[in-house]
Amino acid sequence: MMMTRLSLISALMLGTATIALAQDAKPQDGGKLVFTAPYGNSITSLDITATPHTQDEIVAKAINRSLYKWNPESGKPELDLAESVEKSADGKTYTYKLKDATFHNGDKFDADDVIWSYNRLADPKKALPGAEQMLQIAGVAEFQAGTATEISGLKKIDDKTIEITTTNLADPGWNLMSNYAPIYSKDYPEDQLASKPNGLGPFKLANYVAGSKVELEKFEDYFEGGKPHLDKLDIMLMGEASARDVAFRNGEIDVNILGPVQYEAYGEDPALKDRILEVAEVYTRNIGFNQNVEAFKDKRVRQAINHAINKDLIVEKLLKNKAYPAVSWLPISSPAFDKDAEPYAYDPEKAKELLKEAGFETGLKFAVTATPNESWGIPIVEAIIPMLAKVGVEVTADPVESAVLSDKILSDNFQAYIWSNSSGPDALKYLTCFHSQTPQTACNYVKFSNPEFDKLLDQAGSETDAAKQIDLLKQANNLLQEEAPLWFFNYNKAVMAYQPWVHGLKPNAMELAVQDYEDLWIDADAPASRK
Amino acid sequence: MKAGGTGVPVAPAFNLVFGERQPSRMMRFILRRTLQMIPTLLVVVLIIFVIFSVVPGSFISSLMSEGRNATNADVMAHLNQQFGLDKPLLVRLWDYLWGLAHFDLGISYRTREPVWNVIEPRLWPSIKLALAAMFFAALVGIPLGFVAALKPGSVIDTGTMMVAISGLSLPEFWFGLLLMYVFALQLGWLPSFGYNADSFQHLILPAIALGVSPMALLARTTRAGVLDVMNADFVRTARAKGVSEPRLVRSHVARNVLVLVLTTLGLQVGSLMGQAIVIEKLFSWPGIGSLLVDSVAARDIPVVQGAVIVIVLWFLVINMLVDVAYAAVDPRIKVT
Repeated sequence: MMMTRLSLISALMLGTATIALAQDAKPQDGGKLVFTAPYGNSITSLDITATPHTQDEIVAKAINRSLYKWNPESGKPELDLAESVEKSADGKTYTYKLKDATFHNGDKFDADDVIWSYNRLADPKKALPGAEQMLQIAGVAEFQAGTATEISGLKKIDDKTIEITTTNLADPGWNLMSNYAPIYSKDYPEDQLASKPNGLGPFKLANYVAGSKVELEKFEDYFEGGKPHLDKLDIMLMGEASARDVAFRNGEIDVNILGPVQYEAYGEDPALKDRILEVAEVYTRNIGFNQNVEAFKDKRVRQAINHAINKDLIVEKLLKNKAYPAVSWLPISSPAFDKDAEPYAYDPEKAKELLKEAGFETGLKFAVTATPNESWGIPIVEAIIPMLAKVGVEVTADPVESAVLSDKILSDNFQAYIWSNSSGPDALKYLTCFHSQTPQTACNYVKFSNPEFDKLLDQAGSETDAAKQIDLLKQANNLLQEEAPLWFFNYNKAVMAYQPWVHGLKPNAMELAVQDYEDLWIDADAPASRK
Repeated sequence: MKAGGTGVPVAPAFNLVFGERQPSRMMRFILRRTLQMIPTLLVVVLIIFVIFSVVPGSFISSLMSEGRNATNADVMAHLNQQFGLDKPLLVRLWDYLWGLAHFDLGISYRTREPVWNVIEPRLWPSIKLALAAMFFAALVGIPLGFVAALKPGSVIDTGTMMVAISGLSLPEFWFGLLLMYVFALQLGWLPSFGYNADSFQHLILPAIALGVSPMALLARTTRAGVLDVMNADFVRTARAKGVSEPRLVRSHVARNVLVLVLTTLGLQVGSLMGQAIVIEKLFSWPGIGSLLVDSVAARDIPVVQGAVIVIVLWFLVINMLVDVAYAAVDPRIKVT
């Protein structure tokens, strides 16, 4: 098992190194890249603040910019629209010096834009999903409750300086780097954001064919000098994997996000196998056990289920190795992931023993609510049914569609569910989903409650020393594994195939399909249609 | 009107349609059929409304279908309030019907734009695809049916009907992929996907994939119709009077078969807009069908209702036009 983990980590590092090598070449300017947004045939809105969907984020990343951005290589947020930041002695007030930047319509970026954008996001009357990213700013709670007319934690010092006060010691970069919390121009008509976006990003909208494609062109006044390299960027909205496969092999699209079947096929194709980018994304696939179900109140039952399922076999046979078997909740890319932690071993005998100790030797029966998803849905439930039957656990599938799955979970109408959940990159934020004070309607879907775990998280939340905080979070993650409120199934292995003329792609663990488009470029070998 | 020299009457269709008294009768017919659409649409709206009120899942729950953290509880409450989802069912229904009476389809939950603004860009691509598919179906299916019927039992007949049966039973998705593979990947003649308002090339593969099933149906219907007419007494009489075979087929058989073909054509054109979902998804074609599927998944009920109304309206209008066309091709049918 240790060897497996070492190979896994080596493979991840190798993936990063391959891309780093590709970036060593000097970027060439000009040309067009045809990208794909693979999560459907449409986007919801060109105003990313109105939608929480990755499909929209893929487009928004080209058009907008936030105060911070995610650095896929360092695995941390870093300043984007600010050139520097100073933290106060108490660790809660941040003073930002803003960069000189221009919106697509020519408006100049200043501190008022930040304040306006964050007020708009937090405004309860707007009911924007991105409001979640604002909750760490002091005064947002009062603003949302209607007891304050503005957010007290946002203060303009001058046009190029802004002060943000937070409610806790966590780095605000984790929230403010979100692509769902971009900075918009305060002077731009709000009702046009959905159809004629006006951002600070490297590309501006040229043409949008709803349900088919988004055509973008280089924004000449982009604040990062010398970027973007491309003149044009087309993003094709293509939800059908087989259609993408034909289009990619035909050279009509330059990148393709692969599913398990294609991952296997591309890996065996000599013409394609060397142009595959892989990354362990920050999504943990799991089965959540509702703590209201009597049997699931006993951790031995939960542990038994973890021992009874051969997840390695499922990952190999069903997911064609397009996943990393999970150890615990936090993903491999998390700084708080414990590289020495052992996953639950496949051990049906131990599972039987644990069930016997818990008083379920005569059997246990429960239903798993599941969507048809091939990587974390009904096919997986069908695979675990015979494994669990061997230890006396009878499982049935409760099939639903995606919107119903979340509805059932939020309304506490389930025994167990199988899902793929965000588990990073901010370890503190995503472990907080298991804090007893986190409501089920937020993200404590299984209603996990453990005083020891709460204590570790509370300590981590108030710890100013980064190394100590990581250590506390590591302990919390290990305790979560021990408590097993979930069956820890796998971490998503996102896979992207790319054409030989494409350069600058990064193994983005947040979401591989969301790239830093300003860094992408194509070389002289690109076909005429790209020039 | 006489058929030249044979004494066999030929349909004096157009003077009936465009004769002195026909326009006012036609107008009354169109008006009456238009008014008849209203209760049909109301029933459709009610059915959609009731279905989406009882099925599990909501727009709010669809927001977290990707497994990200749940939307903030305050945001959920405000969204419910903003879209009137916190109101009783009957109040919501009344509000919707009231809006509809004023040609207001409501606001999309997802995009927060008027529903018409969401549907309108999808309309022309959908119509274009449906018409192109039907053009292909008619262009291939009707001649195939004729050829098969004129030589019943021959190799041509058997071959044609095999093509027709295959066309009816081919899964659209698979056939579309096959077309992509052959004409885009192997031959490189056509783009495999996408939409370009200025290019005819992008339309060809999705139109063929969508049109293959109606083509097969048209071929079979035409064949059956031609065989039926060929055995009719007036055809035997015409033959006995020495009318040549080509003239017989052109002037007597074709015209009589046209009503049957028109019916099939009308029903198919009407239903193609709704049937194009799979093809639109496969070819990234920005039509109403894919919008409808996305909206159902997101529980964007106003857009679902709007899209269904458009699809039903298209079906009703096409069928009304077919009824009008009947009078043009068959004088025995009156538009009353």
